Amino acid sequence: MGWITKSRVKSPWIMHFDNSSCNGCDIEVLACLTPLYDVERFGIVNMGNPKHADVLLITGPVNRRTGRVLRNLYDQVPNPKMVIAVGTCASSGGVFHNCYNVLGGVDKVVPVDVYVPGCAARPEAIIDAVVIALGELAGGRRHFWVKCPHCEQDHEVTDQRWTI
Amino acid sequence: MNELTIVIATIVLAPIVGGLLFGIDRRITARLQGRYGPPILQPFYDFFKLLGKEGIAVSKMQFVWIYCYLILMIASLLCLVLRADFLVLVFLLGFAGVSLVLGGFSTKSPYSHFGANRELLQILAYEPVLLLLAVGIYAKNGTFLISAITAHEEPMLASLWPLFLAVLYVLTIKMRKSPFDIATSHHAHQEIVKGITTEFSGPFLAIYELTEWYEIVLLLGVIALFWANPLWVGLLIAFAAFLLELVVDNIAARMTARWMVRLSWSIGLFLGIVNIAYLYMTKGVF
Repeated sequence: MGWITKSRVKSPWIMHFDNSSCNGCDIEVLACLTPLYDVERFGIVNMGNPKHADVLLITGPVNRRTGRVLRNLYDQVPNPKMVIAVGTCASSGGVFHNCYNVLGGVDKVVPVDVYVPGCAARPEAIIDAVVIALGELAGGRRHFWVKCPHCEQDHEVTDQRWTI
Repeated sequence: MNELTIVIATIVLAPIVGGLLFGIDRRITARLQGRYGPPILQPFYDFFKLLGKEGIAVSKMQFVWIYCYLILMIASLLCLVLRADFLVLVFLLGFAGVSLVLGGFSTKSPYSHFGANRELLQILAYEPVLLLLAVGIYAKNGTFLISAITAHEEPMLASLWPLFLAVLYVLTIKMRKSPFDIATSHHAHQEIVKGITTEFSGPFLAIYELTEWYEIVLLLGVIALFWANPLWVGLLIAFAAFLLELVVDNIAARMTARWMVRLSWSIGLFLGIVNIAYLYMTKGVF
């Protein structure tokens, strides 16, 4: 691993975007930054500017208005970039999937690298998702076995996508 | 030959020292907030990551100005280590600040413009104090040369302590710490997106960070001049001032730009002018 790749893994700057979430997942994302979880230990910093960000954390289902904004933000993040869909709504649309104004999950608008299930997604799961995304950034695709928070069974997480 | 060695050593070592200082800054800030904090080498990880990212060009002039900012800052630091003229140091530092402002103005982003306007207000707040310091040095030594300061047996702090207090104030403004992180701010703080650095991305943001490392070394060096003989006392004072800034950063909230200029001009200029007037009365005409 070169210096730059090593540094990339150690300093992911995150930008958090709320599509049309109920704010449950947003609160969990912010909880990651509190002294209890303190993600700055791993160099993870919350950025307000897409031009400085490496990882996009997106919460909530995409609707017709936020879709345009999300696409714009995604285009402004310099490469290499990762996208993490946080929560059930961001992954698939969740309970809002058949609303007239909702397009569905985040992957309807931008390519997603890691999906985090849960309503709301736990801070541990969000940190885990960032770790998986970093594994991808470092070049290695890894397989994980992760306990599903709902059915309490182990599921294989392959090719950086959750197969739940 | 000897001077060339000093120049090369400064250009190589200053960013290492500056980066480590910022690493210590982030660690201590985290501890003050009850967190564990990132590793001391975190600023270097950030720097190399930014070097490897794509640089998005909004306006090509922006890149000219950010290189100007770096080169002028290095020139200003070289003035200090080569013990040249203090007045030239202050002007080069001013030019460096103006280059960053022009870099902010060279894009069309309103956030960048806001940041650049506020950076101008910051320059307005600290530049008179630094100029008064230069006048104070002249009043004391009869020359602007830094070599005269280091040759003097009596420390500058004894007769210029009001100006020292004013320079501590300047350090807070230049380090972009609360309550003066107005133009742009450090990690995990946000102010109108990212202020003047909003439009800098990838390698150009890395150059900005590199310049900040040179800048912190330069400012702490200027503070060390207050006790230049022996120099280690001055360096200890500079490090203590740095730690003081971290405490102030964590106990203060961000204030407005107007408040900053008002406070800086009333307290900083008052301290400076009283100090110089006192020197004038005791020593007569300079």
